[in-house]
This record gives sequence, C-alpha cells and structure tokens, in this order.
Amino acid sequence: MKPLVIRRGRVIDPANGVDEVRDVFVVDGKIATAAAPAAEEIDAKGKIVAPGLIDMHVHLREPGRSDKETIETGARCAARGGFTSVVCMPNTTPAADNTGTIALIKQRAAEVACVNILPTGAITKELKGEELAPIGSLKKAGVVAITDDGRCVQNNELMRRAVEYAKMFNVPVLDHCQDDHLTADGVMNDGYWSAALGLRGWPSIGEVVIVARNVLIAELTDWHIHCQHISSGRSVQLIREAKKCGVKISGEACPHHFTLTDEAVKTYDTNFKMNPPLRTEWDRQALLEGLADGAIEIIASDHAPHCSYEKEVEFDCAPFGILGLETELALSLELVRKKLVGLSQLIEKFTVNPARLLRLNKGTLSVGADADITLIDLDRQWTYDVRESASKSRNSPFHGWKLKGKAVATVTGGKIVWREK
Amino acid sequence: MTATAWKHKDLLGIQELSATEINLLLDTATAFKQVGERPIKKVPSLRGKTMVNLFIEPSTRTRTSFELAAKRLSADVINITATASSIVKGETLKDTALNLQALNADIIVIRHSAAGAAHFLARLLKASVINAGDGAHEHPTQALLDAFTIREKKGRIKGLKVTILGDILYSRVARSNIWLLTKLGAHVTLAGPSTLVPRVFEEFGCRVTYDVEEAIRDADVINLLRIQHERQRQTMFPSIGEYTAMFGLNKERFTRTKPDALIMHPGPINRGVEIDSEIADCSRSVILEQVTNGLAVRMAVLFLCSGGKPAAEGAK
Repeated sequence: MKPLVIRRGRVIDPANGVDEVRDVFVVDGKIATAAAPAAEEIDAKGKIVAPGLIDMHVHLREPGRSDKETIETGARCAARGGFTSVVCMPNTTPAADNTGTIALIKQRAAEVACVNILPTGAITKELKGEELAPIGSLKKAGVVAITDDGRCVQNNELMRRAVEYAKMFNVPVLDHCQDDHLTADGVMNDGYWSAALGLRGWPSIGEVVIVARNVLIAELTDWHIHCQHISSGRSVQLIREAKKCGVKISGEACPHHFTLTDEAVKTYDTNFKMNPPLRTEWDRQALLEGLADGAIEIIASDHAPHCSYEKEVEFDCAPFGILGLETELALSLELVRKKLVGLSQLIEKFTVNPARLLRLNKGTLSVGADADITLIDLDRQWTYDVRESASKSRNSPFHGWKLKGKAVATVTGGKIVWREK
Repeated sequence: MTATAWKHKDLLGIQELSATEINLLLDTATAFKQVGERPIKKVPSLRGKTMVNLFIEPSTRTRTSFELAAKRLSADVINITATASSIVKGETLKDTALNLQALNADIIVIRHSAAGAAHFLARLLKASVINAGDGAHEHPTQALLDAFTIREKKGRIKGLKVTILGDILYSRVARSNIWLLTKLGAHVTLAGPSTLVPRVFEEFGCRVTYDVEEAIRDADVINLLRIQHERQRQTMFPSIGEYTAMFGLNKERFTRTKPDALIMHPGPINRGVEIDSEIADCSRSVILEQVTNGLAVRMAVLFLCSGGKPAAEGAK
C-alpha cells in the first residue's frame, strides 16, 4: 500500500483535543509520525481533515434484498458521504441472528466493500421478540452491538434479560424504540397533519414509553442501552435527565428528524415516510437542543434503501425509510452554521462518540490508529441529485436540495476510496 | 362571478379550493339540477369523453351517482371495481392507472381506502382525477352536495350553525365538510366520543364538544356520520350499543333540536344506531334529497374539470 501525506489541512481530532493546521502521515494503513518515501500527496489546504466518520445506523439489505442495496453499493454511498465505517442493522433475510450470517456479511465486506462494515447481531431470534438470539456467539463472530432494529422487543422481561446477558460479553444494546400497540398501523406523526391528511397517527408517546422503559432497564442492569433514531422531544428530555443520574443510556438523531417536520407529508410523497416518523417543530427544536447540549451524542443516518416500485404506491402501502449516507454530513453541518454546535463537537458525534459506545479502536487520528480519514470542504455548494447516487435505490426526500459542505476525499485504512473530481 | 374562476383539471379535495371556487361549483350544480328535472335529462357537454370509475373500495351511492352524472353529460363510462380488476392479481395502482391512460381515458374518478390515493394518481396522469373518497382524508363531492342541500333549504351557508355528530377521526366526509363549511362562513361544531373526536380538530376552525345535547340544541343543521367499523381500531369505544345510548339521535334528543333543524346523513345509514329509524324518514330529514343533489353536483364537477365554461353555459 502506497504511503500517503495529507498536506496543510485543518486537522480536527476531538479525541486528542487537536484543531490546527498540519500534515497527516499514513504508512501501512496506519497514522504515522512522519512521511514515508514516495508517498502520494493530497493537498488539503482550506479543507478539514477529520478522523473517518462513523455512521452507526445503516441498512445494507444484504443478504436478502440486494435489489435495494448491497454491501458494495452501500459502502460506496458511505465513502461518497465521507463515512469510513458503517454499522449495519440485522434485519436482513435471513436475519443476522446467527453466526453464519455474520460470517457471510464479513466475508462479502472483505471482498467488495470500500469502507469498514461493522455488523450488528439480533437481540432475539428472527427479530421476533420471543427468544434470545445467541448473543455470546454473535459477539465471537464479530458483531459490535446487538439490536432488533426495525422491530422493538415488546416483552420487558425479555429485554431486561437481553441487556443483563449482553453485559457479560461487553456488548452494547441498541434499541429501536417503538411500542407496537400505541403505533399500530401508524404511518406518520399523530397530530395536526395526520388529522388533516386522514393518515393513521404514530404518536410520539409510542417512542417515549420505550425510551423510559430503557432508562429503567439500563439503570437496573447498569448496562448500556442506546436509543436509536430518536424523534421525539420528550425522549431527548428523558435521556438528558437519566444521563445526569449516571444511567448508561444514550441516543442518536438522524438528519431528517432534525431537518424536516411532519408538514412535509402533506403531498403524500412517500419519500417522507420513515420510522419513526417526522415530528413537529417542537420536537425538531428539542432534538437540536439535545444535539447542542450533548444529551444526544451521536448522529446517524438510518440509511434505508427501497426500490422505486416499492415507494411509488399509496402512502399507506409504502415501506418506511429513506436514503441518508450521501446527504448526512451536509445536513449536519447546518448545525455548525447555525452555531448550535461547534465543528469539533459535530465531528465528535460522528467519530469518538460512536467509537466509544461500540468499543471501536477508531474515530481518532492518534499515531498508530487505523488510517480512516475524511476530508471535508465546508464551503462546497452542491445540489443533491439522487439519480447519480451510488445507492441502488432512489428514495431520498432531499433530491434537488441545495446543500453546503461535502466530503471531498475519504480514506479507509490508508486507501483513498472516494475523491471528489 | 368571473368566467375564469375554475382552473383545476382535478378535484382532489376541498381544502385546496377557495370560497369563490366552491360557490362556482355550487352555482353550476344549480343549473345542472334543472337538467335532471326535464323530460330529456341528457346534455351533450362531454360527448366523446371517456370517464373511468375506478373504485378500489366498495361504494354504491357514489359510484352510481358519478356514472349517471357522466351519462347525463353524454360521456362514455367504464366501471372498474377492485374485485373485478387486476389489483387482486397484484397490479399496483400506478400500473392500473397507466393502463387506463393508455386507453386515453379523459376523467378518472377514484375511490380508495388509502388517503392520498387521488393525489398520487393526479401526479402520475394527464387525465382529470376526481376524488370520490380517499381513506379518511377527503370526499369533496359529498361536502359539495351537503352544502348544495343546505343552501337550497336554508338559502345560505354563512352564519349557520352546523353540527357534525359521530366518528370524525376516520371520516373523510367530516374533513371535507369542515373545510367547506368554514370557508363559506358557517360555525361548525363537532361532537361524538372523545376517542373519535380529538381536540386537534379545533385547529381546523371548529368547536369540539362531547356534550351531545348541547351540540344539537342550537344547530341549524345536524349532519350524522356512520361509525366506520372498517377503519377503526378495537380500542376506540366500548360498543355500538353504548354509542347509540350516548350519541345516537333518538326521539328524545330530537325533540330538543330546533324545529327547523335539518337532519342530514351521507349514507349508508345504520337505522337504530346513529339515527332513530323514524327520524331518518321524517320531514326534516333531507337524506334522499342529498342523493338527488349529488347527481347535479357531480355533473358540475365533471363539467368544470373537463374545461366546461362556468355558470353552466353548456347546460342551457
């Protein structure tokens, strides 16, 4: 592998408290102290040089639905979006509730993926919420966390035992927070717009009761539960309060939830249908507040590709979910421009914070660390054209949006895997 | 009224119409109602046009009303219902619609159990799309015929007190009526079980009450809605019997209404549930006149959406 030097960029490495203009050296796929001979050079003048971004919530659809996305195409989306590591959810077909499927994902990733693919395993067999999956064996097979994402374990006793059991193996538990009864048949936020549009409501409380449940289970078990794709203001408040009390709880926010509101559904465009749904302006502001004060430590995309023919149907019939990897960084940089978070603080939410939660030796530019690096041009203005996406799918609500800020080069393990022309 | 007031190819809902446009539709319907009272009930306005009745959810009244309205305008009519169509063979709504377009259909009237289905078609197709009821969203021609009936009986809509009683949450009729009546200046009160009449409807400019007696006492118009069993979750209220006892328009409640209050119902009525059987047939009940007026209103909608000149020139 050719050595690499990234010259004169503004290096922001929150884990090491670094924010200064300097060179970054890569030798043998690791961050080094000095340049090796015959190194390839990247001129990063005027650009941000950050640790490779981590998205801890994506759906790569392989195995089972490679018409929507594959490990290869999902990884290319990630690279274009500036992500060097993605954590893929276990709701594949078959579900990632067994070591064979984890081995398959890792093997495919090694063969075709241009970024690091970090699999999660299921909490319960077939994500059915009935019996525990072999969590210890899944950990041995290489999962970074367990989750039933797409589903939520409804049985509180089972969830308690899952967390207790996972603790023994040092595996964090991620939870898609949704009470099935409170959200039955719901397709959008329950409120003014669902009433006006005649669509079934998926109320905030359907998320908040499970966040509250998770706070109590995390406290009881003294183990980490991470609440995925938090959409409701009340969830943010609960997480903030519980963290103050030392409970091992955390939350992630998705750009669509802090950028859009449920009013967007008024044209019945199914690209605004996702789970959990877009919420009110109050919820959006509460998410922004949570991101600003650190109650919400992590940003993730919930990248969820679906075929066009599946989305081009009646709103009720469309599957939940949207693409996210390619627009995530630009939408999140809006938080910096609005002065809600500092640039270093934003980068933390994409690097050290998920790395710490998932016990990854990543998310820093420390000497000796894996050379995962993202170059960001904060001023680059561009228009997102989903027809040119690296994804196999086209389901983005941000098609045609004028965005600012872009990853211009992505380096994974010392190799340049994406570079803006 | 200006001759340029109607600009829409589609009728998807009342929410997007102005008061002027609503009045234009109602005035045009008045002219068409006279056509229906002549010995020869047919006019040539839509001769050579093809209208498709695409009914993906069961309906008798609305489908036959649209069919007859189109025939009286001399259009050719095709009826497609879900059980007889390729939809049961797995064809998507998009493909069904594109096939109808390939046959050069000029107007597609759609009834569908999913809210937004008419909007979905209108975005896809060049043909006029008329919403004949989309899930719990809107049923614009029902609201128009209700307004037409009220206007005919009361001479006006502005300032009237209209109470809509029943299952509001799952009712497209309620929503279309709310938009229409508030745009034309009526005072709308919604009443029914709290689980089916959520407070959020106050944000649409209505009054919400759970006291039926109070809701009907001063009303000039009482519009009763059916309990939509097919759209409801099991948790919404205890039983039909309880509904009848707490909210049904029985004889006792009826005696406390204003002596000239109109009794309306979009049908199908459930006698003995939301309305006492005798009240449904009484002189103040305009339930069957609503059906008659529906025909005139739908003729006006088809006529205007096909580019007909307003004020019913074509009907003369």
